[in-house]
Amino acid sequence: MSKSEPLKIDAVIDLPDNNPKDTANHPATQARTEVAKRGRRGTLELWLPKLVVAPSFLLSLVFVYGFILWTGYLSFTKSRLLPKYDWAGFIQYQKLWASERWWVACQNLLLFGGLFILICLALGVLIAVLLDQRIRIEGTLRTIYLYPMALSFIVTGTAWKWMLTPGLGLEKLMHEWGWTGFTFDWLVNPDMAIYTIVIAGVWQSTGFVVALFLAGLRGIDDAIIKAARVDGAGTWRIYTRIIIPSLRPVFFSTFMILGHIAVKSFDLVMALTGGGPGYSTDLPATFMYTYAFTRGQIGLGSASAMVMLGGVLGIVLPYLYSELRGKNHG
Amino acid sequence: MSALTIRNVKKSFGNTHILKGINLSIEAGRFLTLVGPSGCGKSTLLNIIAGLESPSSGEILIGDRNVNQLSPKDRDIAMVFQSYALYPNMNVRKNILFGLEIRKVPKAEQAAIVDRIARMLQIENLLDRKPAQLSGGQRQRVAMGRALARDPKLFLFDEPLSNLDAKLRVSMRAEIKQLHQRLKTTIVYVTHDQIEAMTLGDYIAVLNNGEVQQFGTPDAIYNDPANRFVADFIGSPPMNFIPCEVVGSSSQGFGVKMTHEGGDFVLEASGDLKPWLGKHVVLGIRPEQITHVVTSRLDERGVSGHACPVHLCEPTGPDTLVTTSINQTKVLARVRPDTAGTPGQSMDLMFDMNKAVFFDPTTGERLRFQLLKAA
Ligand SMILES: Nc1ncnc2c1ncn2[C@@H]1O[C@H](COP(=O)(O)OP(=O)(O)OP(=O)(O)O)[C@@H](O)[C@H]1O
Ligand SMILES: [Mg+2]
Repeated sequence: MSKSEPLKIDAVIDLPDNNPKDTANHPATQARTEVAKRGRRGTLELWLPKLVVAPSFLLSLVFVYGFILWTGYLSFTKSRLLPKYDWAGFIQYQKLWASERWWVACQNLLLFGGLFILICLALGVLIAVLLDQRIRIEGTLRTIYLYPMALSFIVTGTAWKWMLTPGLGLEKLMHEWGWTGFTFDWLVNPDMAIYTIVIAGVWQSTGFVVALFLAGLRGIDDAIIKAARVDGAGTWRIYTRIIIPSLRPVFFSTFMILGHIAVKSFDLVMALTGGGPGYSTDLPATFMYTYAFTRGQIGLGSASAMVMLGGVLGIVLPYLYSELRGKNHG
Repeated sequence: MSALTIRNVKKSFGNTHILKGINLSIEAGRFLTLVGPSGCGKSTLLNIIAGLESPSSGEILIGDRNVNQLSPKDRDIAMVFQSYALYPNMNVRKNILFGLEIRKVPKAEQAAIVDRIARMLQIENLLDRKPAQLSGGQRQRVAMGRALARDPKLFLFDEPLSNLDAKLRVSMRAEIKQLHQRLKTTIVYVTHDQIEAMTLGDYIAVLNNGEVQQFGTPDAIYNDPANRFVADFIGSPPMNFIPCEVVGSSSQGFGVKMTHEGGDFVLEASGDLKPWLGKHVVLGIRPEQITHVVTSRLDERGVSGHACPVHLCEPTGPDTLVTTSINQTKVLARVRPDTAGTPGQSMDLMFDMNKAVFFDPTTGERLRFQLLKAA
């Protein structure tokens, strides 16, 4: 869908120039001035959109791509609290990959990202399929599921922190209800704390996945399901053999979006665990922040940022490539 | 033996009654077309036959078996949908085989069936394509192939040609007819196109407002319509309906009085219109029964020529449609192109009343009269 947008913009820009109809009805005497006027107006109309877009284009050129380059350069220096510009080769990268904390952050990302995407997808598809059975309170349910999406990760993180803190939220509630043996200390347990981030992330993002899949399911022609029933397929087979496979594009885009949420998860960790206990729930993003801004290791922070960029490009480029190629063929 | 019997089937959604008691029955191997305007309940009826929807009351019998309680897959039917409903994630071969796979047909047999179907429908080179890579006509063929693969007792077609362009539609129509002649499987075919209904069906059921208006052979439907709705719906250009008064005619029979801006004349009816003498009826006469004058036919009974004002000429190629106005109603005549008059002047038109029909002006029901003996 978004593939064709650039094309549309071009078409809009070209339109006034390629459209001789609007002068066709004018009498011959007026024709010449009209053409001249239209010429001036034509160039203006041609340039105006570009002029309007130019500032934001410039800004993003400087603040996104310029700063990427700057960060890239800094990662090859010995910058600590302040940027230095003497070339130092791969020294920061060596330090980075030798740091145990960085390895923990990478493992956490794999664990968190994998579980987060998997559970979100599974739960999202399941709930979407259930909602697709056209139950009566569907509207209400959809709102309930979509609501968390309206919150920022900070709020989600803080709320879940309250709920999961032993002696404050869930545990206290259970104790008050009389289940005194109940313990739930994942938040303060270095081995389990990362899973609390998964829980909060899933809670926040599942509704969004549900909405995407519900839209996909609703887009499927009823007649296809009827045809499958006449062919003898039961509900289970209709979903597993026809409906879910034909939602492949939805899976793909959901996967991309969730992956991208996982990689940039920063606020959630900050609000929920602050990277702790210790550095047991560090993700690359919090690692980068800690080193670049609180520990005065700009060079190391930049190196970690460049590795993250590389990782993201590694995922996005093949996707973009296949999308663009698909478009050329289609 | 009847292959399909529909007994007093009713269907309501809440308070809206979509089908109000449908009764139909066809013998094995016959082709039944259900025709009617959009929204009259054709698809609903077909879905009920297929078991995709259940009737509010009434019975469906396939063969001699009541199938009301059977699910679609146990009814031994195959269906082709208007939107083709191909499985978008499967290629053509898998689309055709899906039903066979579910029915656990042995692999070798499946391959043989695909080969046979592909050859029959000339889609051999499309077998590995996805539906999105096919043209409308090709999709239509694949949808047919999927239905044919299972060799069912009953085929159900829901407007399978309505998404095709006019030319392709005509050729696919002929192919479906040939296919039926070869396979001799019972077919129920829904369409809103009266030409499709006429050309394909052994029997036609004309539906309107959830009721069967008439059920009969194409010939009966065309020449002996049960009411004004059927007469109007079947035939293109449609039948002329001229409100008129019944009068006594010169030859002791009865006639109907026609008036136009050039004067008036009486068209002699072949039936005994006595009960309606002096009252108003609606004369139904098809455009091809109002033609240019053929002198040799003028002395036939019920045939007469009259000068009528020409309002409009529309050449269609083989004929020209001439519009005139009688009793303040637009009347179409179908004449040989070289005889067509010029608009604004008048031309002689020959009226053949032998196939003319009459309707009650208020109810639209057909008025039937005994034939008068030749004088
Ligand atoms: N699930 C439903 N709930 C309420 N009304 C329905 C439902 N399904 C169909 N209808 C109504 O039933 C009527 C008949 O529908 P149907 O699809 O059978 O028409 P059709 O004769 O096939 O028309 P078309 O030629 O446009 O396909 C329509 O007026 C439609 O609005
Ligand atoms: Mg329909």
